[in-house]
Amino acid sequence: MKIHEYQAKELFRAYGVPTPAGQSAVTVEDAVAAAKTLPGPKYVVKAQIHAGGRGKGGGVKVVDSVDAVKTAAEAILGMQLVTHQTGPEGKKVKTVLIEEGSEIDRELYLSIILDRSVGKPVIMASAAGGMDIEEVAEKQPEKIIKEWVDPLLGLQGYQARKVAYALGIPEACMKDAIKLLSGLYRLFWEKDCSLVEVNPLVITKDERIIALDGKVNFDDNALYRHTDVIKYRDLDEEEPLEVEASKYNLNYITLDGNVACMVNGAGLAMATMDIIKLHGAAPANFLDVGGGANAEAIENAFRILLSDPKVKAVLINIFGGILRCDLLAEGVVAAASKLEVKLPIVIRMEGTNVERGKEILHNSTLRFLVADTMQEAAQKVADAVKPVSVG
Amino acid sequence: MAIWVDENTKILVQGITGREGSFHAEQCLKYGTKIVGGITPGKGGTTALGQVPVFNTVSEAKRATGATVSVIFVPPPFAADAIMEAVDANLDLAICITEGIPVRDMLQVKAFMQGRRTRLIGPNCPGIITPERCKIGIMPGHIHKRGPVGVVSRSGTLTYEVVHQLSQLGIGQSTCVGIGGDPINGTNFIDCLRAFQADPETKAICMIGEIGGSAEEEAAEFIKDNVTKPVVCFIAGQTAPPGKRMGHAGAIISGGKGTAKEKMDALQSAGIRVCESPAVMGQTVKEAMEAASLLV
Repeated sequence: MKIHEYQAKELFRAYGVPTPAGQSAVTVEDAVAAAKTLPGPKYVVKAQIHAGGRGKGGGVKVVDSVDAVKTAAEAILGMQLVTHQTGPEGKKVKTVLIEEGSEIDRELYLSIILDRSVGKPVIMASAAGGMDIEEVAEKQPEKIIKEWVDPLLGLQGYQARKVAYALGIPEACMKDAIKLLSGLYRLFWEKDCSLVEVNPLVITKDERIIALDGKVNFDDNALYRHTDVIKYRDLDEEEPLEVEASKYNLNYITLDGNVACMVNGAGLAMATMDIIKLHGAAPANFLDVGGGANAEAIENAFRILLSDPKVKAVLINIFGGILRCDLLAEGVVAAASKLEVKLPIVIRMEGTNVERGKEILHNSTLRFLVADTMQEAAQKVADAVKPVSVG
Repeated sequence: MAIWVDENTKILVQGITGREGSFHAEQCLKYGTKIVGGITPGKGGTTALGQVPVFNTVSEAKRATGATVSVIFVPPPFAADAIMEAVDANLDLAICITEGIPVRDMLQVKAFMQGRRTRLIGPNCPGIITPERCKIGIMPGHIHKRGPVGVVSRSGTLTYEVVHQLSQLGIGQSTCVGIGGDPINGTNFIDCLRAFQADPETKAICMIGEIGGSAEEEAAEFIKDNVTKPVVCFIAGQTAPPGKRMGHAGAIISGGKGTAKEKMDALQSAGIRVCESPAVMGQTVKEAMEAASLLV
């Protein structure tokens, strides 16, 4: 799960990590009121959307009067902010963060993520802050400081010192830097984060260390034990169909193509997308209906797939195994009839009673295209969506 | 003995009285698997499925039955604890089927396992099967066939697809291991590849990877230097968008890393046959075995 910058900074402050003074606002009036509580004369107005690259898209403005805060908030609130992460349609800005401006001396980079290959959290830091860290990692990997943390012991003092000295933190704020590092690590660990990132982490001209930006992601599997974190979820930032699917415990992700697919199991679902592409068509989504694929899951899945207007055909690929194909076929027929599906539906299924299942599909009044293998299914669905040439 | 489990392996089921645990334990029993005990705290002294004694703790069950393996069907909030209990009882092998365990819990489990002897398979996996001898997990037994191909995979149903293709071509499997779709797991590709290389019953290896992490790249390096048997690979997620978790917690391209292309390139440059299409896995294994004169 992702959260907004202003929410991440709330968490930072709760863990003793210094941030610029500021407040979020959803109206221009609130934005002005927030600015009046700050010392000035420099203010920053920042659009709050989940995507990165907000500055380049015009979603961050540095201004030097309360009047200018008003003008900036008017421009940003309600705008469709387009960044390299939002897609061409952009994201509507509903909230802004009004902060005091900072006199920046140096910009650093800091993040904590999971290093899968060693099974430990790793702190990554770089004196080359404010830049695209992926680019630094690619071109100058020696400029990235890495410190792995033992999950049973937590971050030790010497480790925080190692990182802080390697970053060249001035002595005046060394103690605060170490406190900041240990605070961010405690946040990462205690709240089951999958990412804590501060880019940039800044040293101000008066030698204070401040988290100027903040990004925090959480492990979805651990949200059950963090009711305080769940309240940060902003459904407006998520794809509506993905939100709908999550209500039924379906794993659904919107893609660009026009072949909807319904598959049981994540690996097989990805492989099904891949084979659709290999046959010259493009998948409209990833959808895992779960290993069981019961009648209710199938009906919900159908409804979600069909509410995507791009979809021109549906491919169902179910490797039942223990699941009975006759029950599956009945479920598919019932759902397709109930929802009056008009699009071509290609079905490939495997498992117990598969012959009986195919019979049920053939005998139904709906037009199902039954395939025996993944190859055949992909070919049939690709043919079904091929533009008809007008002679 | 194929790898890790065979017809003599004695198995415990943690969570045997739960819905999933009891359903799948029954399927395993029907397959002929030797399930000798179950564990549900508070239900010790009772019997499950009409024939399996239930114990309160794993160590008590091990003492009473001589079991060496445990399969875990325990809900996510309690699964890490269940794994540690199996490890503490010094079992040879613990197989965790549970999906949805928090990463933080698994980091602690991995650290706890350091220096202890138990091998962990999973979590978030279908289990392990040595066809016609021993099935431990949720995979459909009937699609499998005893034979020479070792299968290792991060996926469940995609593995069934490949096993089915192999069996349809008349090619059986020595052992199939699902290592699971989570970012932090126990047994990895390399552990399985090493075991398959050492196993005289295994003549060829089929490896099924997916996007996310770098386990496939590490496996490619290992195969280049250590595996002489033919290896055929498929990587799921060639069309997956970056930054999105594709069902499995571990299947995510993050920071531009972990793409299918990177993995396929690494495997190909290590001289491994990589299938672009999941539909030709079985056929490709067949061809690889024919080329090495392993099929008669």
